[in-house]
Amino acid sequence: MKRAFPILAVLTTLFVAYGFYLGLFVAPTERTMGEVQRIFYFHAPSGWTAFWLFFVNFIASVQFLASAKPSTQRAANWIVIAVGIAGAIAPFIPQVRQELPTGVYPGSVATTMLLLPVVYLLIGKYFPGRNLDALAVAAAEVGVVFCTVVLVTGPLWARPVWGIWWTWDLRLTSTLVLWLIYVSYLMLRRLTDNAQTPVLAAVLAVFGALDVPLVYFSIWFFRTQHPQPVIGGGGSLDPRMASVFWTNVAAFSCFGALVCWARYRVELMNRDVEEAHAVESLQDVGSSAGVEAKPAKRRSML
Amino acid sequence: MSSLRSITLATLAKDIRLEWRSKDALNSMLFFSLLVVVIFSFSFDPVAEESRRIVGGLIWVAFLFAAVVALNQTWARELRNQVLDAYRVSPAPANALFLAKVLGNFIFVSVLEALMTPLFIVFYNLRALGPAWQLIPLAIFGTWALVVNGTFFAAMSLRTRNREIMLPLLLFPISIPALMAMVQATTAILTGEASARFWLLLLLTYDVVFTTACLALFGAILHAE
Amino acid sequence: MNSVRFLYAALIATALIHGTYLISLFRRYRRLRQQMKDLGK
Repeated sequence: MKRAFPILAVLTTLFVAYGFYLGLFVAPTERTMGEVQRIFYFHAPSGWTAFWLFFVNFIASVQFLASAKPSTQRAANWIVIAVGIAGAIAPFIPQVRQELPTGVYPGSVATTMLLLPVVYLLIGKYFPGRNLDALAVAAAEVGVVFCTVVLVTGPLWARPVWGIWWTWDLRLTSTLVLWLIYVSYLMLRRLTDNAQTPVLAAVLAVFGALDVPLVYFSIWFFRTQHPQPVIGGGGSLDPRMASVFWTNVAAFSCFGALVCWARYRVELMNRDVEEAHAVESLQDVGSSAGVEAKPAKRRSML
Repeated sequence: MSSLRSITLATLAKDIRLEWRSKDALNSMLFFSLLVVVIFSFSFDPVAEESRRIVGGLIWVAFLFAAVVALNQTWARELRNQVLDAYRVSPAPANALFLAKVLGNFIFVSVLEALMTPLFIVFYNLRALGPAWQLIPLAIFGTWALVVNGTFFAAMSLRTRNREIMLPLLLFPISIPALMAMVQATTAILTGEASARFWLLLLLTYDVVFTTACLALFGAILHAE
Repeated sequence: MNSVRFLYAALIATALIHGTYLISLFRRYRRLRQQMKDLGK
């Protein structure tokens, strides 16, 4: 798996380049907005990538907290499976189906909800113990990078098209708050660099996840009271544009996954080096007392 | 359950007694709150008609900064005397300590708010055009929202290198929906132009969600090793 | 056509943000690899 990295890096770069090519040259020019609209083809896919990276961080954080005791771990597994199954069935119930926003198919909601336990259990299997924490920090960092891109390209798109740099609309504001929460997450990790960091950070991630729906509702209601221009192109996409969009989502997701993987490996290396340093200083102390210490080998498939 | 309540009340009573005897924090916080109100009044000095629209935001930002200064001292006494280590090895439930701290902070910040509000009314010539009684549940829910998360994050910040700055860094992003609700509700009540009901419900939901989360996870924070 | 400048600006900004991060990540990697060699692993 580790050998595959250079090949995957080349493939991903080609894929992203192809996505850019499609977005900048092949996609039809938008009638009202002009060429500037092409920002959409890397602004929105970056947003999707950031969101699922933050989602991975949330899953890893919850798993990390649950793994403290076997009983909580089992309970968490069952809860996640139950949520997944309930979420997969619910969209097909008529009362729930009516509540779905227009354009959202019950099938896609069901698939997304089923993915939750699948992702949760897979992450639990392939990232045991401390590796969960390494995954969490990797996903958070790369997520912040992609989220920064969204927040910078958004106003650059809005200014020429709608005449304003910023508006407190649902998507932009939610993205900003998510960015703020995760930057505070990274600051906590940086300033707390000790043994408690993983637990504290995981707790903060859970708090952040609880906050997001509340942020969403508060801005939604604010918008109904103070209507503002809809920026970011609400409404459906021309099919040719949609295909370019989704291709870019796939390309950016692969890119995000690759960078996250790279960051994860660097984090594991970092911990190995720190552990080796600690062992060395122990040995310096211990050799005078006649004590031998062996470093633990870290096993990771990825 | 009764042990939780008795330990919480005992800890709370102890905190109040200690605070009342020294009055350190109380006096400095009172003066700080007065200064904040005066500075804000100098910086934002509108005519009475417009003031109702913006004073909601001003008041809650002022309360927020006063609360942060108060919250930063929450665990100072415990830290000085290694109380937290003693608590970790005692069989007492961690939640009792947390609840006591939150209640203590709630009372403290409420006292500050009660003192700052008349000053704001005076400086801005305020008069509520909407249902003024709604300001009471608003103050209760809003203060609880700030204090419950603030106490929790203050505990998290204890292991941090820059303890004092970490609390606002963590608290502000998470509090954004609560702050929006508080400001919008205050504006709605003062101007009488809209109903504050949704915002009060949102605040209540926020309080329930995060109080539950704090109670569930405080043990993890306290025993993190 | 003034608006196309914003497209270029967005592209450059995106490249800068990703580039800065990837470069810092690569430098961290190189430093860690050097440290691991020094420790004789």
